[in-house]
Amino acid sequence: MPTIVLPAALRQYSGGLGSVDVEADGELELGAILDGLDAACPALARRVRDEQGQLRRYVNVYIDGEDARRIGGLSAPVPARAEVLVLPSVAGG
Amino acid sequence: MTDVLLAIGTSKGLFLARSTTRRSWELSDLTFPMNAVYAVAIDTRAAAPRVYVSATSEHWGPSVFHSDDLGASWVEPDEAAIAFPAGTDASVERVWQIAPSPTEPDVVWAGSQPSALWRSEDRGAHFSLVRSLWDHPHRPDWAAGFGGQAIHTVLPHPDDPRRILVAMSTGGVYRSDDAGASWSASNSGVQVVFAPDRFPEFGQCVHKVARDPGDPNRLFLQNHNGVYRSDDDGRQWTSIADTLPTDFGFAMVTHPRRPDTAYNFPIIDGGDRVPPDHACRVFRTEDAGATWAPLTEGLPQQDYYDIVLRDAMCADDADPAGLYFGTRNGQVFASADEGESWAEVATHLPGVLCVRAAVVG
Repeated sequence: MPTIVLPAALRQYSGGLGSVDVEADGELELGAILDGLDAACPALARRVRDEQGQLRRYVNVYIDGEDARRIGGLSAPVPARAEVLVLPSVAGG
Repeated sequence: MTDVLLAIGTSKGLFLARSTTRRSWELSDLTFPMNAVYAVAIDTRAAAPRVYVSATSEHWGPSVFHSDDLGASWVEPDEAAIAFPAGTDASVERVWQIAPSPTEPDVVWAGSQPSALWRSEDRGAHFSLVRSLWDHPHRPDWAAGFGGQAIHTVLPHPDDPRRILVAMSTGGVYRSDDAGASWSASNSGVQVVFAPDRFPEFGQCVHKVARDPGDPNRLFLQNHNGVYRSDDDGRQWTSIADTLPTDFGFAMVTHPRRPDTAYNFPIIDGGDRVPPDHACRVFRTEDAGATWAPLTEGLPQQDYYDIVLRDAMCADDADPAGLYFGTRNGQVFASADEGESWAEVATHLPGVLCVRAAVVG
């Protein structure tokens, strides 16, 4: 099952956990992984994606170290034991 | 003794100030750090006040919180308080206005970017999109100014729940007389200076509208070039800018009880966008805009280049009324005597986006 690794700023929405495991049988697309997160932790999931299901502009997601936007975005494949790392991008001043 | 809460929304979070004198203030630590707080509201309709905050993270998006203990703790529903429903093609970028209804006890209105109106029937826990305005045939032509394209003003009628007025930049004023079932552009007499047609039906860059406390059909409007009054609930607007030093500005506030009394903060237009004469001056009219006079006591009068944004000026509901404003450079002033004299509440805050104040005890 893939593990979503969270930045400190989002751990208040995961009960303080630094990572969340998402149920998955085999390889899924990133969008489906984030759908699972939405069902489990909606207040967390909506900080990663907007209500149209799109990754927020200044949120980066890495699948086993690869920038998800470069390998298909929400269609990017997420292997069954992948690490999905969520990080804030460069924003704010 | 009057206990006043002053909520200060800034580009990097919320501050809450408390005072029993309105001359010295106790300022809280920063809450909602790294969130731009574009809207706050202090809902004093029930015995226990509820404070609403719109907080937007550049990373993590917008949310609306509320507090029933004056900011000691905050509640955010699991499901987003405001989100476009399935079948729409938009996402909420910011919430610019939160307005408790004066006639419906559990109803709270909100205005968002992109320009949409929202109605909550559970005291702000969840809001529903007002589809009639979202589906308005004018919407494709509403455009964004520098601040984004948003409904920033929501004015429910004080006596009649069927009547509500909103203002947006750009787009202008829209009114409904049928509880939001239908909407009419209501900008007659309000000018546009950034397009060839000076008086279009809609498309104006209205910055703020405030309602007169004595006559609910009387409204005051600060436009992107122009200061106006309407005496017929927004159907027709007439210039009241003649005795102001400039007709540009963002804020417009009416007195909580005294008819015909309004306040604004003029700014030079064009390449300057700083206060006229480089002095910090609130202007007040006490005759519905026929004449305006500067209020300067306690405010810096030399080498002053700061300005006040559209929601960064407010009045409280005490008697005599308190007036408040915050600036882009993070300075906050308060007046305990209806604007006659001012004292600094805070300085060196992040840029102030909004202020709201009310008696809470």
